[in-house]
Amino acid sequence: MTGTGAPTGEEDGAVVQRGSLDLTLRRLTRDRAAMVALAVIVLVVAMAIFAPVFASLTGHSPITQFRDTGLSPMGIPVGPNAEFWLGADQLGRDVLVRLAYGARVSLLVGVLAACCASAIAVIVGTTAGFFGGWVDLALSRLIDLVMSVPFLLCALALVSVLGPSLMLSVSVIVFFSWAAMARVIRGQVISLSRQEFVQASRSLGAGPLSIMVVDILPNLTVPIIVYTTMMIPSAIVFEATLSFLGMGIVPPTPSWGGMLADASSNSLYLVAWWMVFFPGTALLMTTLAFNIFGDSLRDALDPKSLRTARRLKRDRKGAAK
Amino acid sequence: MTRFILQRLAFGAVVLLVLSSFVFFLFFVAPGDPARMIAGDKATEAQLQQIRTNLGVDRPMIEQYATFIGRAVQGDLGYSYRNRQPVAEIIVRRIPATLSLVIGAVVLWLAIGIPIGLMSARHPGSLRDRLGQAFILVGLSFPTFVLGMMSLYLLYFLPKQAGFTLFPAGGYKAFSRDPLIWAWHLALPWTTLALTMAAFYARLTRGQMLDVMGEDYIRTARAKGLSERKVVWKHGMRAALTPLVTQLGADIALLLGGAIVIEQVYGLQGVGALAVQAVNNQDRPIIIGVVLLGGLFIVTANIVVDLFYVLLDPRIR
Amino acid sequence: MPILQVDGLTVEIPTEDGTVHAVRDVSFSIRQGELFGIAGESGSGKSVLTQAILGLLPTAEISGKVLFDGRDLIGLPQDELRRLRGKDIGMIFQDPLSSLHPFYTIGAQIAEVLHTHETISRQDARARVVEMLGKVGIPDAASRYDDYPHQFSGGMRQRVMIAMALIMRPALLIADEPTTALDVTVQEQIVALIDEMRREFGTTVILITHDLGLLASVADDVMVMYAGHRMEYGPAANLFRAPAHPYTAGLLRSSPANYSPGADLQPITGRPPSLLELRNACVFAPRCAEALPACASATPPLRVFDDKTQSLCWLPDGARRQPATEPAARVHAAAAATVAAPVVEARDVRLTYTIGSFLGHKRQHEVLKGIDLTVHRGETVGLVGESGCGKSTLARVIAGLAPATGGTVSLLGRDLTSLDRAEWRQMRREVQLVFQDPFGSLNPRRRVGSIIGDPFRLHGVAAGDARKDKVRQLMELVGLNPEHYNRFPSEFSGGQRQRIGIARALALNPSLIICDEPVSALDVSIQAQVLNLLRGLQRDLGLTYLFISHDLSVVRHVCNRIAVMQGGKIVELADSETLFAHPQHPYTRTLLAAGKTPPQMTGERVRNLMPTTEVGP
Repeated sequence: MTGTGAPTGEEDGAVVQRGSLDLTLRRLTRDRAAMVALAVIVLVVAMAIFAPVFASLTGHSPITQFRDTGLSPMGIPVGPNAEFWLGADQLGRDVLVRLAYGARVSLLVGVLAACCASAIAVIVGTTAGFFGGWVDLALSRLIDLVMSVPFLLCALALVSVLGPSLMLSVSVIVFFSWAAMARVIRGQVISLSRQEFVQASRSLGAGPLSIMVVDILPNLTVPIIVYTTMMIPSAIVFEATLSFLGMGIVPPTPSWGGMLADASSNSLYLVAWWMVFFPGTALLMTTLAFNIFGDSLRDALDPKSLRTARRLKRDRKGAAK
Repeated sequence: MTRFILQRLAFGAVVLLVLSSFVFFLFFVAPGDPARMIAGDKATEAQLQQIRTNLGVDRPMIEQYATFIGRAVQGDLGYSYRNRQPVAEIIVRRIPATLSLVIGAVVLWLAIGIPIGLMSARHPGSLRDRLGQAFILVGLSFPTFVLGMMSLYLLYFLPKQAGFTLFPAGGYKAFSRDPLIWAWHLALPWTTLALTMAAFYARLTRGQMLDVMGEDYIRTARAKGLSERKVVWKHGMRAALTPLVTQLGADIALLLGGAIVIEQVYGLQGVGALAVQAVNNQDRPIIIGVVLLGGLFIVTANIVVDLFYVLLDPRIR
Repeated sequence: MPILQVDGLTVEIPTEDGTVHAVRDVSFSIRQGELFGIAGESGSGKSVLTQAILGLLPTAEISGKVLFDGRDLIGLPQDELRRLRGKDIGMIFQDPLSSLHPFYTIGAQIAEVLHTHETISRQDARARVVEMLGKVGIPDAASRYDDYPHQFSGGMRQRVMIAMALIMRPALLIADEPTTALDVTVQEQIVALIDEMRREFGTTVILITHDLGLLASVADDVMVMYAGHRMEYGPAANLFRAPAHPYTAGLLRSSPANYSPGADLQPITGRPPSLLELRNACVFAPRCAEALPACASATPPLRVFDDKTQSLCWLPDGARRQPATEPAARVHAAAAATVAAPVVEARDVRLTYTIGSFLGHKRQHEVLKGIDLTVHRGETVGLVGESGCGKSTLARVIAGLAPATGGTVSLLGRDLTSLDRAEWRQMRREVQLVFQDPFGSLNPRRRVGSIIGDPFRLHGVAAGDARKDKVRQLMELVGLNPEHYNRFPSEFSGGQRQRIGIARALALNPSLIICDEPVSALDVSIQAQVLNLLRGLQRDLGLTYLFISHDLSVVRHVCNRIAVMQGGKIVELADSETLFAHPQHPYTRTLLAAGKTPPQMTGERVRNLMPTTEVGP
């Protein structure tokens, strides 16, 4: 109601809209931290895509053991040298090549799990929030239930019975990470449903599906994008943790968590620091990049979230009477 | 009020029931013969049959489950496949290590996380805020085990190579024997766990505080002439930190059920390490026991948190 | 000596979008014991002004001179300002619920002021708080000391705030929209209480409000602000009787309370300027009906008149003073309506909610207790009542959005409960709603064209270019530029958004349009534009309205008949003029008495321009 957002080009018929996407990109590209983070993410993706190139460049396949060149006569892995750029592991495998192939696993699991989990969260959250009543009660209790489960313990139990595999890792991660986001989405949907524009659609005779798709979902794009981005790093860490505990990716397939587990067993990393330094750094940098990027994305998509929310609140208060 | 507690208790019981049946049936359909695990490869078919009868695993599934639940409510969780000791006893022996780890870490992470979050929120956009946010982002991104391995390398191995012992590599020493030794051995695990959790709590505190400091009642507090310290510490904190209780309860419970990664990295013989060993050994009664214990902690914590909330927020009364 | 003297105060607030020039060169002085009114619409800078001088806006850049009791507050260290706050200057705010801390008892919150500013024992503090609570009219004060804010009603909470602001007996009380969040009848009590306290303690009061009627009834001196500028300043009586500034005159004219039967309101056209840019011109010029060429090119001079009013305006003689509205021939729709067919008939409508979960005992909450109401074609029926009286619930029942638990509602002769799914959907075409909140009633993620086109989409009426044409026609009909078809709601102002909402409601030619507080979120000058639009559309298209409002004066302006609701019942239903002239029910009388209307402008000029050197820079 104040003079904000004055229309530009009142008389001009073909008003050039600066779309919200354009604005978001502008804000994002101006954010240096976000650009660095994006560069790291691109680097990791490139590493994953070009993993075979590393293999052919060094002549080492990720699972071949070079016990004669990769291990010292006493069986200690060799450090970074001309042949093993980032050193070798306890079985004489090339750390660099395994790192590149490991990026595939981390990204695949991270992105896949985050997308699946957020899809489930959106479906459950919108259904619960929109329909309310018994549906909401049941789904909310389901969310509570999943959140009341000691997830790492259950994941261990599951894996111990069904045997570790990539698909199982993804399913376990999805199963235990959708609930928190579903709760957030549900809250958002409930407050959206109380908005007058939803009532307006309802009074026009719009069906529930139409209201959900046309009125509610477009208003959820920001939280969905932000939460999914933020879920990727936690899924990557989750997978690495499972692999670290020997419950994730089946050896000898390389994964960062598994490489760290190899380094940790028999405290080998105390003498072969490269076994922990490179996969550890890769893991940390990847999750950090995704976290920073997610944060910046949220700021860019919703720059005044706090301020706008407060202004709206105050206006509504004034409007109440 | 009573109704509220009863509702929460009923839900807690449902959670535990679902959890126990999940784990129980999971193991029931799982491949692998427990009798074979106990007796080894050389056992005869008759011996195996004998063991199966003793374990009761040849009876129908539902019957087994009913027996299991009936015993579980009396605190009898069966016997380990490995050493035939009562599961409850084995778990109880592991609790002190986990409890020590969690208590110290909680104190530490609150002491680190909340001040950083507050500092960050007090002057949004300032250098201190950006430092706080950097701490939050790095802390959130650090996988616990990477941080653990790093601190072991830097604070245990390097000093040891240089010829002195700064910190032990891990292991648990009972508090009752020597509190100082106890704390010395736990210092690294505490810090490792606390740092990753502190980042999370700093973020939570920061967000809450930013929200609260924009509220009308903060403006009122200032209009009353209260000192800025009182506005922040009394009026701001009370409202900002109350929601943290929920998170704290859930986190403590989750960790008490087994701080798996930390215990694994530092070789602490706690509940989490027990779970990993049991999984590796396919010792199913212990796995079931540990999962149930973890669920029990979480359910209890939820109820305690709800009761706390009633005390803290007068609007709910 | 004046207790507060402000000279050339300027407040600038840096934001992400640029510097907001919230207050520009404002001066005034307040005598001891006076009630000083600051009037202005949202964005006029009236709240920023007082908060800035008290140091409550830490990011604001302030310049000028503010003498309080002879001491300049500008540049005073935060710590000394803080000691003034609460002790010498008390404040109360708009929303008493959010202004009180939810986690502390009201007693503790008030006693905190005492403990901050003086050394006092707990018992003494408690005794003084209880005494003060009694003074502000909290019954049974001693036992309510330990209650929390949520346990009080809105009016009682504002009394608590007043007690908190006055406990130190401050010399100055700043009341920032103290009644805006309250019901009309409670508003009156709170204003009376502030006035009473002022007399008892000799406190000087600054009353900030958008409600001109309220100021006219209590204020001694008044300052009118617009876009950060002091437009007019002077004794309330002179200023309201014969405003010197066209803006003040325009505000009074556009207020529905200043009403003569049948005539259109005279709104101020356009919308307030952006505060981000500074122009070397009168800020009001683009909306001013009497603008001179100079207005757009130079800063207006200060005109000082001999009756102590001052005006920031190029007009040498002040604003034109014509009667508020020109009496026009009243369109006697009411007479015709009684013979017209009923659109809606509600018979003994009841609605009862059952509260309580499946485990607990159930409680019944009766919202509507037997409502009889008929709306005829072509008329406007007003539904008036305070919050919680059930008027919005009744609207939802009549709209068919909530089923009644008793009685019947028939729309165009068909009982709403007898409809099947398809018929109900068809019936959606016949009833449309216009909502209160100009921010919440339009989906922020959709373009205006698709929002207005929604009714066509949902009922499959027109598609493609045909739909687009219809939408453009509708936009034109409600006074929007059809070229703005592709814009998002956030690019429109509050008044324009209400127009969008009205266009959407008109799309399917409904038999009934239910307006649920359509103007209560808008500023007075914008309100008049929307009210005129609604009336004009009714005249041209023969629409039928059910008009819900808490504000009797708004309802009087647009309605043929008015139903007054209280506690889920209609207590009085009569022709508008009859209701105003001869209210029957005591509650109607209370409502009428509580509404403060600004005095009519008399039109006689009573002042002369003073010779002055004070011409604008």
